[in-house]
Amino acid sequence: MTAKKPLLSIQDLHAKVEDKEILKGVNLEIFPGEVHAIMGRNGSGKSTLSYTLMGHPRYTVTSGKILFKGEDIVEMSPDQRARIGLALAFQYPVAIPGVSVSNFLRASVNAVRGKEIPVKEFRAELKEKMKSLGVPNEFLSRYINDGFSGGEKKRLEILQLALLKPALAVLDETDSGLDIDALKTVSEGINTLANPETAVLLITHYQRILNYVEPQFVHVFQDGRIIKSGGADLSKELEARGYDWVSQELTPSGVS
Amino acid sequence: MSAELIHDQSIGNIGNDYSQYGFQDKEDYVFKSGRGLTREIVEKISSMKNEPEWMLKYRLRALDIFLKKPMPKWGNCGLLDSIDFENIFYFVRSSERSEKSWDDVPEGIKQTFDRLGIPEAERKFLAGVTAQYESEVVYHSIREDLEAQGVVFLDMDSGLREHEEIVRKHFGTVIPAADNKFSALNSAVWSGGSFVWVPEGVKVEIPLQAYFRINAENMGQFERTLIIAEPGSFVHYIEGCTAPTYSTDSLHSAVVELIAKPGAHIRYTTIQNWSKNVYNLVTKRAVAHTDAKVEWVDGNIGSKLTMKYPAIHLVGERAHGEVLSIAFAGDDQHQDAGAKMVHAAPNTTSMVVSKSISKNGGRTSYRGLVKVYPNAKGAKSNIKCDALLLDEKSRSDTYPTMEIDEKDVTIEHEATVSKVGEEQLFYLMSRGLTQDEATAMIINGFFEPFTKELPLEYAVELNRLIQLEMSGSVG
Repeated sequence: MTAKKPLLSIQDLHAKVEDKEILKGVNLEIFPGEVHAIMGRNGSGKSTLSYTLMGHPRYTVTSGKILFKGEDIVEMSPDQRARIGLALAFQYPVAIPGVSVSNFLRASVNAVRGKEIPVKEFRAELKEKMKSLGVPNEFLSRYINDGFSGGEKKRLEILQLALLKPALAVLDETDSGLDIDALKTVSEGINTLANPETAVLLITHYQRILNYVEPQFVHVFQDGRIIKSGGADLSKELEARGYDWVSQELTPSGVS
Repeated sequence: MSAELIHDQSIGNIGNDYSQYGFQDKEDYVFKSGRGLTREIVEKISSMKNEPEWMLKYRLRALDIFLKKPMPKWGNCGLLDSIDFENIFYFVRSSERSEKSWDDVPEGIKQTFDRLGIPEAERKFLAGVTAQYESEVVYHSIREDLEAQGVVFLDMDSGLREHEEIVRKHFGTVIPAADNKFSALNSAVWSGGSFVWVPEGVKVEIPLQAYFRINAENMGQFERTLIIAEPGSFVHYIEGCTAPTYSTDSLHSAVVELIAKPGAHIRYTTIQNWSKNVYNLVTKRAVAHTDAKVEWVDGNIGSKLTMKYPAIHLVGERAHGEVLSIAFAGDDQHQDAGAKMVHAAPNTTSMVVSKSISKNGGRTSYRGLVKVYPNAKGAKSNIKCDALLLDEKSRSDTYPTMEIDEKDVTIEHEATVSKVGEEQLFYLMSRGLTQDEATAMIINGFFEPFTKELPLEYAVELNRLIQLEMSGSVG
């Protein structure tokens, strides 16, 4: 056996939106099956990282690398990235009126798996996943995110990840705007998702979700980069002492 | 002498005076053309068809109107003025049609047939190579069922021969020859089209498709269709198809008249996908009597210029009208479409849903009229226009006109113009769909309110066609 290779390796990543540099030298390695959490204040650039990973056209990488399964994906379109095993659960999933959830899910699963799955087989798999996530049947005939509540949108995101079985699932503030019951259901979904085949990168503002989903690694994000990394304990310390504690700790004396 | 045949004043004039709404031209415009169409041609058409005297007079009167009427000064005037009436053959008998060969059909159209999987026989018909569409067997059994119910479903020429009295009573009562320049032209030289008569109380279960009627005039230049639904009856009529229809005739100008008598229900579905050399200038109008319901389901995909504003005159109490339309305009296309709802009786209701997509510099326009006459108390009208632009070069305009002469009414109008959202595309692409697949999915979703009203085979074909359009592989 060779030594384990990282699934994702982000190396000194810089990215901008329009002319504003948001990511300023991100370094991060994720190995298969690991669960990581990135925590940071609003505006620290966390969401930019998730969009840049997935290849949003408005986010331009100016330098650095994103190696996924050993391959630099910076030039890849979002659909190419999806097909090699990257997936993003959106903080604000958009509505697409007129497109039913069931048609969309099937098209998406076929595209990512690279083959037509027989309708019957797909239905069976879908029903099972929906059941475990507590997603009601009527979701299937509704239009994508159209008129969905916040909790319904997040559940649909998790359902998609469960069907796509990505090698890396990036969850962008999946906990925001959820009440406690919804948070529990969604967290259970994430825990089912996280397995040796699927690594998880949780991006969050609050420690709250980490009561239900236990990461092995926690990173503190500030001003476009990771400023501190640690184990699960780090999130508890952050909760107790606030983000200022990390920034103060890292600010050398004499420098404001 | 035959004025009453051209003009049924009681219905014909309702809502015809569009001059106040920008729908008509100044009368001082001098028309100079007309050399392409002569009295002799019209007389010849009528005599070849062995028509009764009154129809010949009707045609000649319409010819005078056509020659006198100026071209519309609204819509796409530049394109309209480029129509060369002298270069148009106004009537060619089927047997005299020059034999066209499959080799003459443009490559792009053949490829689209391929990709849509259109059966061989149907391709030739759509391409105008054969006049026969081999659905004769299918139609035969349908025809027997219809006959048993007393339903008449014929081409217009046969309709006039076999049911002269019904035709004479209704022909031109909804759309008089003088309505506009192109209805006058059609009235003078019409040929082909459908004649449908549904007896009182009869519900026609299966949609009547123009396809079933097998002759070349089916897709003629100057079709004339008249559908009469007697009290309490129902009929759904479908014309056109989603596959591109190749025509060497550059001007198509149909007139379609629907009459829904008390409690009757007519649904008229059109899918127009003419090849991109065609000017499609159509006048469609329905009259809905007490408790009657009329629906125009109208899809415009092809042609160079389409000008079409299906109208419903709600003349009886509680009559209901709906127009549900989509338009798709690509490179060098202008879809100028809309709806006219005329409320002439109390508690009449109407609804318009219009959806358009412009791509590659294509242009779509919504041109609509809602007119409420005094004393049409309790009238309700709801109009919704959504336009989707796929790029910066494309264009969409809305020209709504309201003429409300009654206070006790509810009129709602909502119009949106949007672009295919970057966020929507990114969302679908992040789920593995290519940009073309994602765009096609968003567009199919946008058209869904329309598509779901179509018979399944039409809906499936339309979705596939949009996918082809999106991947730029349609000729």
